[in-house]
Amino acid sequence: MTADREVCVGAGLCALTAPEVFDQDDDGLVTVLDPEPGAGQRAAAREAAMLCPSGAVRVVE
Amino acid sequence: MTETVATPPSGAPAFPSDRTCPYHLPDRYDDLRARQGSLQRVTLYDGKQAWLVTGYDTARKLLADPRLSSDRTAPGFPATSSRVESFRDRRPAFIGLDPPAHGPKRRMTISEFTVRRIKGMRADIEQIVHGFLDEMIAGGPPADLVSQFALPVPSLVICRMLGVPYADHDLFQDASRRLVQSTDAAGANAARDDLESYLGGLVDSLRGESRPGLLSTLVDEQLKTGAIDREELVATAILLLVAGHETTASMTSLSVITLLEHEGQWDALRADRSLVPGAVEELLRYLAIADIVGGRIATADIEIDGEVIRAGEGVIVGNSIPNRDSSVFADPDTFDVRREARHHLSFGYGVHQCLGQNLARLELEVILTALFDRLPGLRLAVPVDRLTLRPGTTIQGVNELPVTW
Repeated sequence: MTADREVCVGAGLCALTAPEVFDQDDDGLVTVLDPEPGAGQRAAAREAAMLCPSGAVRVVE
Repeated sequence: MTETVATPPSGAPAFPSDRTCPYHLPDRYDDLRARQGSLQRVTLYDGKQAWLVTGYDTARKLLADPRLSSDRTAPGFPATSSRVESFRDRRPAFIGLDPPAHGPKRRMTISEFTVRRIKGMRADIEQIVHGFLDEMIAGGPPADLVSQFALPVPSLVICRMLGVPYADHDLFQDASRRLVQSTDAAGANAARDDLESYLGGLVDSLRGESRPGLLSTLVDEQLKTGAIDREELVATAILLLVAGHETTASMTSLSVITLLEHEGQWDALRADRSLVPGAVEELLRYLAIADIVGGRIATADIEIDGEVIRAGEGVIVGNSIPNRDSSVFADPDTFDVRREARHHLSFGYGVHQCLGQNLARLELEVILTALFDRLPGLRLAVPVDRLTLRPGTTIQGVNELPVTW
C-alpha cells in the first residue's frame, strides 16, 4: 500500500476503514502503518484505496 | 414556494424536483433514471441547461477530474436556484476553490477532523445527546424532534468544535436556516449578511484574546500570519458552522422517519447495535440530503461515456440518483440497514469530499443508539404524508417532526 501525502485531503476514510494499515498524523494527513498488510487486512486495505476520494491511497501489486 | 418547473419543450427535464416522500426520490426523476447513459441534459430554474450526472461511475470519475472547476464565480457555473445564484459574487471558502489554491486552505482545518480526534469526542457527544433528550422527555410526549433534538444536538457539537458561543444559537440557527432555505436572492443575501456580521465580530474578538476552538486556532495560526485574510476566514467559519448543523439535523429527522416507516428496521437495529454504523451508511446513501451541492463547470472539453462536455458547460454531480445506480447497489430503491453502502456519494468524492463526514457518522451513530435506549417506543405523531418537506432546491429535510412515545 502506498499513500501520497501531497495529494491527501484528510477525508480519513482510510483510517476509518483499515485502521491497522492507515492512520492520520497530527496534521490530518495519511500515514501508512503497514505497507504490506497480511491476509486478514488486505480486503480492508483495498476498500480504503477504493474509497479514497483524492487518489492518495493506492494498492501496488 | 418552489422554483422547480415542469419539463420544458426542449425535452431536457427540470432539475431539481421536489420530493413528495421524505425518503423516495421525486417521481420526476423516474424519467431521468430510465434514460440511456450516465449523463443527461437538464433545465435549471433560470431556463439554462446543464449536464446532470446520473451514473455512479461517471459521477466518481468527474468529481476526481481536474477539468471540472468548483469556481462558482465563473460565467456559466450552474445555479440550481436563485438562492445559489445570489452567492455567485460572495467570496467563497475553500469549497469554491480549485487546486492548487484549494489544498492549503482545506489543510488548515483537517487536523481537527481526523478519525482519532472525532473518536475522542464520543463522550462529549453522548453527553450533549442525552442532555437534550432529558429535556425533550421531561416536556413530553408529544415533542417536535427537530427543534428539541435534531437541530440543537449538532449545533452545540459544532459550536464547541469551532469555539462559537452556543448562547447565540437563536441568531445563527435562524440565519443558517434562512441561508440554506431562502427561496429568493434577497432572503439569502440577508442571511449571509447576518452570518458575516456575527462571525466577523467573533473573529475580531479572537484577534485580541485566544480561546478554545478551531476558529481561535485559525485566527492565531493563519490570520495573524497572513496565510488567510479576514474575509476568507469568515467565509470558512460560515461554511463550517452551517454545514456542521443543518446537514446532521436533517439526517437525524429523516433517519428517524425512514427507520420507523420501514417495517422491522427500527427493531432490528435496536436488537443488534453492531448494525448501527452500517445503518448510518445506508441512511446516508438512501436519503442523499445534499443532492444539489455538486455544481461544477468544465474548463476543457471532456469526453465521457459517449458524450462530450464542452468547456464552459455546467455540470451537476448529484448524489441521489448515482446512489441508486443498480449496477453498483443491488435493488437500489430498497432500504436495507444490512447493506454495505459506505461507497455512497452523499459526502461527494474528489478533493472536496465532505470534511466533516466522520463527525457526521459519529453523531448519527450516537444519536440513533441513544434514541433506541431512551425512547424504544418512539413513533411519528402525524402520518408521514402530512409532513411538510423542504423543496428540492435546498438540503432535504423537514422543519418540524411531531413525535410521541
